Amino acid sequence: MTTQVKYTTPEGQGGRYHRWLLASAPRSRYQARLGRAYQAWLTFRQNRLAVIGLGIIIALVAAAALAPIIAPYPPNAPDLSIRLAPMSAEHWLGTDELGRDILSRIIHGSRLTLYVIVLVAIIAAPVGLLIGTVAGYAGGWLDMVLMRITDIFLAFPKLILALAFVAALGPGIENAIIAIAITAWPPYARIARAETITIRNADFIKAARLQGAGPARLIWGHVMPLCLSSLIVRVTLDMAGIILTAAGLGFLGLGAQPPLPEWGAMISSGRKFMLDQWWVAAMPGIAIFVVSLGFNLLGDGLRDVLDPKAEGQ
Amino acid sequence: MGPRSQTSAQGNRAWRYGRKLSALIASVALTFVGLLFVTFLIGRVVPIDPVLAAVGDRAPAEVYERVRIELGLHLPLYQQFFVYIAKVFQGDFGRSILTANPVTSDILRVFPATLELATAATFFGILLGIPMGVIGAVHQGRWPDQVLRVVGLFGYSVPVFWLGLMGLLLFYGRLDWVPGPGRLDVFYEGLLTPTTGVILIDSALAGEWDIFRNALAHITLPAAILGYFSLAYISRMTRSFMLEQLSQEYITTARVKGVSERAVIWRHALGNVRIPLVTVIALSYGNLLEGSVLTETVFAWPGLGFYLTQSLLSADMNAVLGGTIVVGTVFIGINLLSDALYRLMDPRAR
Repeated sequence: MTTQVKYTTPEGQGGRYHRWLLASAPRSRYQARLGRAYQAWLTFRQNRLAVIGLGIIIALVAAAALAPIIAPYPPNAPDLSIRLAPMSAEHWLGTDELGRDILSRIIHGSRLTLYVIVLVAIIAAPVGLLIGTVAGYAGGWLDMVLMRITDIFLAFPKLILALAFVAALGPGIENAIIAIAITAWPPYARIARAETITIRNADFIKAARLQGAGPARLIWGHVMPLCLSSLIVRVTLDMAGIILTAAGLGFLGLGAQPPLPEWGAMISSGRKFMLDQWWVAAMPGIAIFVVSLGFNLLGDGLRDVLDPKAEGQ
Repeated sequence: MGPRSQTSAQGNRAWRYGRKLSALIASVALTFVGLLFVTFLIGRVVPIDPVLAAVGDRAPAEVYERVRIELGLHLPLYQQFFVYIAKVFQGDFGRSILTANPVTSDILRVFPATLELATAATFFGILLGIPMGVIGAVHQGRWPDQVLRVVGLFGYSVPVFWLGLMGLLLFYGRLDWVPGPGRLDVFYEGLLTPTTGVILIDSALAGEWDIFRNALAHITLPAAILGYFSLAYISRMTRSFMLEQLSQEYITTARVKGVSERAVIWRHALGNVRIPLVTVIALSYGNLLEGSVLTETVFAWPGLGFYLTQSLLSADMNAVLGGTIVVGTVFIGINLLSDALYRLMDPRAR
């Protein structure tokens, strides 16, 4: 982990913890690690937009965790007497075609959004990391075969490939997640491979090998940790795209199925009433926009902290 | 150097170039076979029985068996794959269940509409994106650059289908500046015999200026929405290319020699950015084909994307896979083309 700004600690400045964290000669490994994380945080904090992005993501997680408590109404409680009601004090964002409160549905929908991005990241990132590090470390024919496969997947337009997979697997949120994960891993494999190649011949790898470490141990213990920071940046930046793809699948009727309050599907059902009751389609779109904006801002900020050499690319 | 070594050097270069070219062709061919393999596999894992879909579930067993052999499903999987490849190369994607036409003729019918929309959107992206990128680079860090950044962030964060719906709501529903969804008003529908399938060209060739104006009005909003995303991409890339050029010494030399600032920026620097920009524009064109799936659905634009989503919803696998192969092939072709253009225009890359 590198930081662009180095903080010096003149005697007597800052709080006690601040000084302890930024000590130029940390007395334990624990202190050094915490100090490094603290420095990264100080760099990150300077980027005001990134802090806003982090705030949006925290709000998303909080909304998902506390949905039943903070949502004013249940997400699937139709009340036809108030269908398509405009924004009011009782229903801040109005109601949809079945009289369900849109704000409550958006809050509950944050769970689905989080579910999709967490699962896609859990599936796609390790797959890409494994393929990339193995290809980069092994070299030779294995590298060629693995990278060919990666290139084939990269040659597809992502959304079209995801559509084709969902068509085969059948609509539904789990299948949408699988389809998106299948299209998401190739860039991670490329990044991990590039990082691996630059560190493969480093002295510390040779030293570990001389001590008898096998390929599996070298990749798992020495190569993978060094690929993590650029991978995290890329995954964070991809989150926005994953959210947009999932919402697009939902909009086309191929993702989460009704009555699930998925944001893309909500836009799709609000489409019929758009010219007169615009809020039904407009509000979930704003939610999608805000959350993907949050991930984009956070990703930019993380890139400055974790991966300064990639800046401006 | 004697004449002999010169010819051998030339021969060497030609050989190297030929080797590069054949390696490129081999990798493209491999990618294409990979594309076919993936679509073939997708077609195999579908939980829909293709025989049952063709004969209906009340057909007697012998009819079922006959159709199964007709469709080649009794062969081992690897033989089925070869048959599949042979068919694709003959342009045979099977028959669409939804329209009952061969998928190939369906795709040929709808493709010009997508081409028209993507091209109009790219024009929009180029005409606005390049000047915006240049201005952003020249005023780096000041407000034009900030505007550019906001445009980019918005473009990367907003769902295209939602933006399309909001555009329709505002410009069609409230302001009434543009006509509604579709390529033409119902009144003009079917008046034009398609020659190229691109209405703007067909109507201009036939001298039907009323239809031309109507088609232009219809394409404006979807092209602008779709073009916004190519604008965001092209302007960002232009900016970073320009920043790289403007820090070079030849720019300083030109300024010292008294070349006007306008000529330095728009002729010297932008002139050198032209080559990488071609690649960027080609890539953004490929991405537009993808974006058109959602945009066409929102605007009921009868192109390939609309066809693809309609087929998806009715589980019409032949049409879905045919459309996927066509889009994938165009995508690969565009990548190859941009690579070739780059090599052709930049002598250093040869």
